[in-house]
Amino acid sequence: MNKVQNNKAWFLVLPVFLLVAFSAIVPLMTVVNYSVQDIFDQNNAYFVGVEWYKEILNDPRLQDSLARQFMFSFTVLLIEVPLGIAVALMMPTRGWTASLTLIVLALPLLIPWNVVGTIWQIFARGDIGLLGYVINALGIDYNYTNNPIDAWATVLLMDVWHWTSLIALLCYSGLRAIPDAYYQAARIDRASSWSIFKFIQLPKLKGVLIIGILLRFMDSFMIYTEPFVLTGGGPGNSTTFLSQTLTKMAIGQFDIGPAAAFSIIYFLIVLLVSWLFFTTITHLDKDKTKEQSYD
Amino acid sequence: MAEIHLKGLAHSYIGNPQISSDYAIHEMDHVWQQGGAYALLGPSGCGKSTLLNLISGLIKPSHGSVLFDGVEVNNTSTQDRNIAQVFQFPVIYDSMTVYDNLAFPLRNMKVDRETIDKKVKEVAKTLDLTEILSRKANNLSADEKQKISMGRGLVRDDVSAILFDEPLTVIDPNLKWKLRRKLKQIHERYNITMVYVTHDQLEASTFANKIALMYEGKIVQFGTPRELFEEPNHTFVGFFIGSPGMNFISVEKEIVDGQLVFSFDGINFPLSQEQSDLLDNAQSHNLKIGIRPEFIQLSRVEHPESLPCKIVHTEDLGTYKILTVEVGKQQLKVRLGEDQQTPQENAFVTFPHQWVKTYVDEYLVTPSTGDSNNE
Amino acid sequence: MTNNKRFGIIFYALFVLLPIYWLINMSFKSNEEILGTFSLWPQQFTLANYQVIFTDPSWYNGYLNSVYYVVLNSIITLVVALPAAYAFSRYKFIGDKHLFFWLLSNRMAPPAVFLLPFFQLYSSVGLFDTHIAVALAHCLFSVPLAVWILEGFMSAVPREIDETAYIDGYSFPHFFIRIFLPLISSGIGVTVFFSFMFSWVELLLARTLTSVDAKPIAAIMTRTIGASGVDWGVLAAAGVLTIIPGILVIYFVRNHVAKGFALGRV
Repeated sequence: MNKVQNNKAWFLVLPVFLLVAFSAIVPLMTVVNYSVQDIFDQNNAYFVGVEWYKEILNDPRLQDSLARQFMFSFTVLLIEVPLGIAVALMMPTRGWTASLTLIVLALPLLIPWNVVGTIWQIFARGDIGLLGYVINALGIDYNYTNNPIDAWATVLLMDVWHWTSLIALLCYSGLRAIPDAYYQAARIDRASSWSIFKFIQLPKLKGVLIIGILLRFMDSFMIYTEPFVLTGGGPGNSTTFLSQTLTKMAIGQFDIGPAAAFSIIYFLIVLLVSWLFFTTITHLDKDKTKEQSYD
Repeated sequence: MAEIHLKGLAHSYIGNPQISSDYAIHEMDHVWQQGGAYALLGPSGCGKSTLLNLISGLIKPSHGSVLFDGVEVNNTSTQDRNIAQVFQFPVIYDSMTVYDNLAFPLRNMKVDRETIDKKVKEVAKTLDLTEILSRKANNLSADEKQKISMGRGLVRDDVSAILFDEPLTVIDPNLKWKLRRKLKQIHERYNITMVYVTHDQLEASTFANKIALMYEGKIVQFGTPRELFEEPNHTFVGFFIGSPGMNFISVEKEIVDGQLVFSFDGINFPLSQEQSDLLDNAQSHNLKIGIRPEFIQLSRVEHPESLPCKIVHTEDLGTYKILTVEVGKQQLKVRLGEDQQTPQENAFVTFPHQWVKTYVDEYLVTPSTGDSNNE
Repeated sequence: MTNNKRFGIIFYALFVLLPIYWLINMSFKSNEEILGTFSLWPQQFTLANYQVIFTDPSWYNGYLNSVYYVVLNSIITLVVALPAAYAFSRYKFIGDKHLFFWLLSNRMAPPAVFLLPFFQLYSSVGLFDTHIAVALAHCLFSVPLAVWILEGFMSAVPREIDETAYIDGYSFPHFFIRIFLPLISSGIGVTVFFSFMFSWVELLLARTLTSVDAKPIAAIMTRTIGASGVDWGVLAAAGVLTIIPGILVIYFVRNHVAKGFALGRV
């Protein structure tokens, strides 16, 4: 579709621009401002340049939680994407069971994040929770409040429970958009179920998967509330991710300068990774198009 | 390679069909012979797609059976029927190259590499796809994609029939004729039974040797394009085939001065003795006379058996003209060649006996069928 | 094959439902029972936990506060995002691509980054502890996504429809509301779903920007952790109540979900 050049369209975009600018630019400028100053009180602030950045980049708290954060995000992507696709493939396509499955799957997405934390806090406890009770009853020593591995496993399981539905719902709608003729043709061509998945379903899911992976990466990278409620970041710092480290620094300790520098770095990392992922995918696409359009 | 026999076939999407309108396909007996090029023609909603899906096995018939070379295949799955199908919209495997697309069915059948290569190249050559074999299928034009989906049927030696479901829907008009000609060539070369579903009579008559015309879940006529044009079995065939369609005049039986006549608006329609007898034998009161616009003769002067008419409208379409004339209150279309001169306002129409068809209860009656065609 | 599928999906549905069931189970138990005996369903069924919430204004006000700013957020989001998405889908204008990516980049900002500056900003303009403050703050995240989703749906509607409407003499607002919006109803459904989803479930910003008057239910839940330990029963009951609006929303948009989640782009 060819779009028409029309600068008056700016008037339509203006409300969004003003709204987002109010909520984004002013706070962002504040953060940038803090990140280059040392502030003692309202009237005593000194310009310190990149001092805070240097300090924070060498801060083991940031380094550790960054490493944990990447581990966490990649692990959940690795589990949730294939699982989400599998769930989407298993979902019934018509009738009341289809509606019911949709509602059940969407449930975790609509529960406040701290309640998600609460649900799992209760569910996984050894004394009053079903999961913890059953695992302990099986003779496995499990306690997420003092064993780091158990804590990690519980946080991962919680995130899988919470967010796999998003990938599943995206893929489910992607699958519904494939015309029947494709399946009929594949049957005629004697394609196996695996071939149907690989050559029909997966290529058609590419669009929604890109969106799903991006959303999941960003949100898992910003996770705060659920592990905060579930484990409080512990035991030790084993489940303390970036957001929690940052909030501790900014609100708990009032290290405003380093916290601001931390914020900027944090934001840039999310931007950079998302941008890298997006351009790589679209670049691959463009290469293909180029290759195809010689003749 | 196969002959497809639809034996007592009927289909209803409703579990327990009671009345006639519950059926998408009414009971029919029909044979598509091995190697024929057939068209299944009809307006949308007449059941052609249902019939096609019954043949390909995507739907199981609720009544009767489908036979391939005399063997019932009702319970045989699509892949085991050895049918290839080309759909309305190109169905290709986006992520594969053209070559891989064509090789796909053979690879699924575990055919060895060399045979695949030979077969794919041969088919690509026939379909003019050789140049683009190594390209990704995804960004090709619609006509190339349709050729690929046809090619996937052609690479297999065991394919007994190729079914086409309005395959030219998304093709540019200027490429349609090219692809149609290609289909024809392929049919001649591979000697495969082809069934081509369409609602376009031009597509049907250029592609097929024989056309099955469907109407309300029935095949109302099966014949060559010429037969459908000259001897429409049913008023619907007359109406649907030809441009404009056949003229139909409802007539009533009357005795005037001791003589049997068939009249409309008080005008006696000139019929041969034979035709008059045919209508006279009919039990029904639904009597119609049909004549093609091409066969009506128009003249400025009166002839024996001609009727006076008024010219209401003339439409000049370049190579021919379509006139609307009024006989009594009846409007008729007349098609004239561009070199034939058009009379002004008042003229006379003549209906040559051999082109006048008689219909009882919408079905054609001829001396050989008598009234019995009216079932 | 299909049996495997059915088994698989039932298994996954159980995985989703079990933790929620456990929460519901606990909400009908007294604290003594929760801590005393382990049972799969309430032995002494009680509504006392819910009674606590429905009789204490600070509890149910928290509930109303949440609903209030969530609805406010969804309305603001739709009202500003619809025209913007239309502009992006139909016109080229100076800086359009940059603007689009800038909008999306806000979706990538961790809420934690904005905690302190938001607090200061909304305090300085006198919006601290108001519903509108939370709604506006959430807009930063919901608007970019809404524009993105709606743009996808609008681009799927052929231009010819706009042109035909103009030729037929419709004014722009009339065309937009009467003809265009019904065409993208699935998109609107899924946008509302996403705005609701984000605003209802977010706690970090909502808690930071409120203290008393606009405090969300999710923040009030932390009260159950007192000196004498956790009031598990009331916590569970409050949790159950926060799930209900989600069920209502998903029920209303369920027919749009299959189409809507494809985001108009497949």
